[in-house]
Amino acid sequence: MSDWTTIIGLEVHAEMLTKTKMFSACPVVDSVTAAPNSAVDPLSLGMPGTLPVINQQAMDMGMMVGLALNCEIPPFNQFARKNYFYPDLPKGYQISQYEYPLAVNGYMDIELEDGTTKRIGVTRAHMEEDTGKLTHVNGGSLVDFNRAGVPLLEIVSEPDIRSSAEAEAYARKLRSILQYLGVNHGDMSKGVLRFEANVSVMHKDDTEFRTRTEIKNLNSIRTMVRAIDKEVKRQIKLWESGEGVKQATLGWDEDAGKILIQRYKERPDEYRYFPEPDLPIVEVSRDWVERIRATLPELPDTKRTRYIEELGLTPYDAHVLTLDKAVADYFDDVVAAGADAKSAANWMTGDLFRVLNDANIAREDIANTPLTAEKFAGMIKLVEGPTINAATARKDVMPVMLETGKDAATIVEEKGLAQISDPNLIADKVQEAIDSNGDIVQKYLDGNDKVINALFGKTMGALRGKGDPAVVRQVLQEKLDAMKA
Amino acid sequence: MTSLTDLTITEALAKMRTGEISSVELTQAHIDQIEKYEPQVKAFLTVTAESALQQAQAADDMRADGGDAPLLGIPLAIKDVLSTQGVETTAGSKILKGYVPLFDATCVARLKEAGMVMVGKLNMDEFAMGSSTENSGYFTTHNPWDLDRVPGGSSGGSGAAVAAHMALGTLGTDTGGSIRLPGAFCGVAAVKPSYGRVSRYGLLAYGSSLDQPGPLAHTVEDTARILQVMAGKDPLDATSMPVEVPDYVAGLTGDVKGLKIGVPQEFFVSGMQPEVEQAVQAALKWFEDQGAELVEVHLPHTEYALSAYYIIATSEASANLARYDGIRFGARVDGSDVIETYKLTRGQGFGDEVKRRIMLGTYALSAGYYDAWYGKAQQVRALIKQDYDKAFEQVDVMIAPTSPTTAFKIGQNTSDPMQMYLADILTIGANLAGVCGISVPCGVDDAGLPIGLQIFGPAFGEDVMFRAAHAYEQATDWHTRKAALIS
Repeated sequence: MSDWTTIIGLEVHAEMLTKTKMFSACPVVDSVTAAPNSAVDPLSLGMPGTLPVINQQAMDMGMMVGLALNCEIPPFNQFARKNYFYPDLPKGYQISQYEYPLAVNGYMDIELEDGTTKRIGVTRAHMEEDTGKLTHVNGGSLVDFNRAGVPLLEIVSEPDIRSSAEAEAYARKLRSILQYLGVNHGDMSKGVLRFEANVSVMHKDDTEFRTRTEIKNLNSIRTMVRAIDKEVKRQIKLWESGEGVKQATLGWDEDAGKILIQRYKERPDEYRYFPEPDLPIVEVSRDWVERIRATLPELPDTKRTRYIEELGLTPYDAHVLTLDKAVADYFDDVVAAGADAKSAANWMTGDLFRVLNDANIAREDIANTPLTAEKFAGMIKLVEGPTINAATARKDVMPVMLETGKDAATIVEEKGLAQISDPNLIADKVQEAIDSNGDIVQKYLDGNDKVINALFGKTMGALRGKGDPAVVRQVLQEKLDAMKA
Repeated sequence: MTSLTDLTITEALAKMRTGEISSVELTQAHIDQIEKYEPQVKAFLTVTAESALQQAQAADDMRADGGDAPLLGIPLAIKDVLSTQGVETTAGSKILKGYVPLFDATCVARLKEAGMVMVGKLNMDEFAMGSSTENSGYFTTHNPWDLDRVPGGSSGGSGAAVAAHMALGTLGTDTGGSIRLPGAFCGVAAVKPSYGRVSRYGLLAYGSSLDQPGPLAHTVEDTARILQVMAGKDPLDATSMPVEVPDYVAGLTGDVKGLKIGVPQEFFVSGMQPEVEQAVQAALKWFEDQGAELVEVHLPHTEYALSAYYIIATSEASANLARYDGIRFGARVDGSDVIETYKLTRGQGFGDEVKRRIMLGTYALSAGYYDAWYGKAQQVRALIKQDYDKAFEQVDVMIAPTSPTTAFKIGQNTSDPMQMYLADILTIGANLAGVCGISVPCGVDDAGLPIGLQIFGPAFGEDVMFRAAHAYEQATDWHTRKAALIS
């Protein structure tokens, strides 16, 4: 094994899905689809004389996340000004939280590939406002302030993450929790959820951390994983060559698959934080905390436990189904529509995910497809019926349902897919298969049990795949056993 | 007959209500006065004569229809640091040349709602940083009592415009004495409300934890009428307080019997101009004669106030003024890249005093210096607030001079910032403590220049402050004296 250990801490910026901005009544819009600068007001533009007023809904949502991440909610929090000049920062300072954040000392348990869980510390979560967005064009830059002032929760992990796989598990779970809470859609491509990875490596003889770098502008979890892997290799190479790692802010070039060094940090950042004089300290009563705690929905961990203990799912299925809130909701709906829970889990984690994948549809968009939970449950019931067999459902029904939204029963009827269970018809076809495949039959009689599958396949072929597999197998076995005797 | 420009707001309202005069006549008289004296006084950055006459006509029409409002048809002028929708607002800075706000400051909106006629925007030290208007990015305002002297600052235009009878009242803002000092130097009543009493929304911030808008006028009652309209919680300003606003005019009983008046020993400093001390002592004697009780009080941390103020105000200013970057509004000087554009815009747009304070504040907030400067200043501030709280446990109001001297000559202090800063030494404590204060005329010096008497009330105790100031003012005739220029 390598002498090097990877040390990762993640900083996550999540926009809160509030109606209005963090400090004014300006509406929040989809910053990708809305016309530039169509959702601005004097405050978003940093006009002289404007003053911030705290958005209560944003504070509530931030607190929900803090509680979901098992954080302590201190009795007060305070906003502060973070000073720096940039054209996308209208006031020349960002209103953030510094000394006294909304939530501290939490943790999140992540599931590792080997089935164990690991606890990752959450240092803090604090509220702030988003900046505007710069677009560089030929001959200048354009700035869009739609996003300026949108409530942003920054969630900082402890440097407890030891691999890109753990970073991925942390990121996926955190995104899932935000979705469960209904405070963020989790769409990284739109920038509403942004990850920054602080990466360093540690030699087996080290007693303390080495210099770390910060990778920004990671627009998907997959990108984050690739970037971390590259950066770890880069750092190990630099240490081993004797050159060493310099503290730096890095970017990621997706096309080239390369780390970009954006700037070296000669000195620590100088933001001249000081308490925001325009806002009073936010006092947090225990009543407030308990009121928010009472609104927390069932979170992935709880849901997973329930699936295992109450529905009898395997830990793997329970994990996969609870990862995305949309998937879990869909599963709950399928079960509510009358499908057997274990069958529904099997169908979803196996065939449905594959069909979605083939159709290039993200799992979390499942509810937006024509294949509604109720219809999917209908299909499962047909298989259990058994009106159709699993292979038919998988191959001929599910893709059509996904495309057209038709009922499984309608498709079965239109295409004549109902499975053949008539024992007499099946017996005829089995006999035909035996009669025309004497050599195979002989092998069976000679003791090669496995060749029965070949005869089964021939029979099913003669039945155009629609034979009830259980009946076919039973009849075939009976006839061969009779020949043996 | 009294000239229309010699009326008080109270008198003008009465005459308009009986139909004796119209707002158009009243407004025209003040516009004429501006035209006559403005070339010498230079109190205004913008005169809005045309829209003022339209507003006056609208006020007269409303009155003719049986309508009324607390300040209906009263010509007032506004310090240029307060946003006025559709009217250029520069805060006395070249960097905001051409900036026209899309909205009114809340206090301006409330005055409009109350029927104000706005005659213009008033000169000031750039971004309210100064004590003389000599730091205006445009020109210096002259004191109507002696044109060679400053009107005080930073609300110098606001003081001079009232002293020259160019408006019945004005709005100023006070961060360390910027309303009260011009009040004293120009011989008018001038009120710094308690912090949180008046919304700061639309006030171009200098020191956010210290700034307060407030009125200046010929009489205490007139300032009370204006503050009545401005005061009260504003949902757009999280630091404005939901404290009930009493009926200030109804509280002006003229009675000070039994009033406990604190005399802060630290405010009677050596080096004070002798006439100032004499005038203030005479005023104290008057209060005692009326049955008030004088109590010696101490504000032991006063000597640190100036230092704490210049750390806190400049630290806040260094952030507050960061938005003037030429990107979205105001003047821009294009450079080859964004950093150069910042440097050119801010380098050319800001004056020396503003740059000095931005640098001071930036330094005080820097890593490694924060605890020693900003952190320490906040601790001092807490002690000063405690001094005032303790004093107000013993007394109803406190009385001191507003300034150790009367108006100084233009150019006298410009080469020595420290000397200029000392002009605010008696006013700054009230801002740090968040209490209210008023300056009223209490005499003239040997050169005939007005002397200001400062009366402090506790936080949200404007009513008792007004009562004491009004009683004294009505028993004396200092407020009726006119500046040399117009007498």
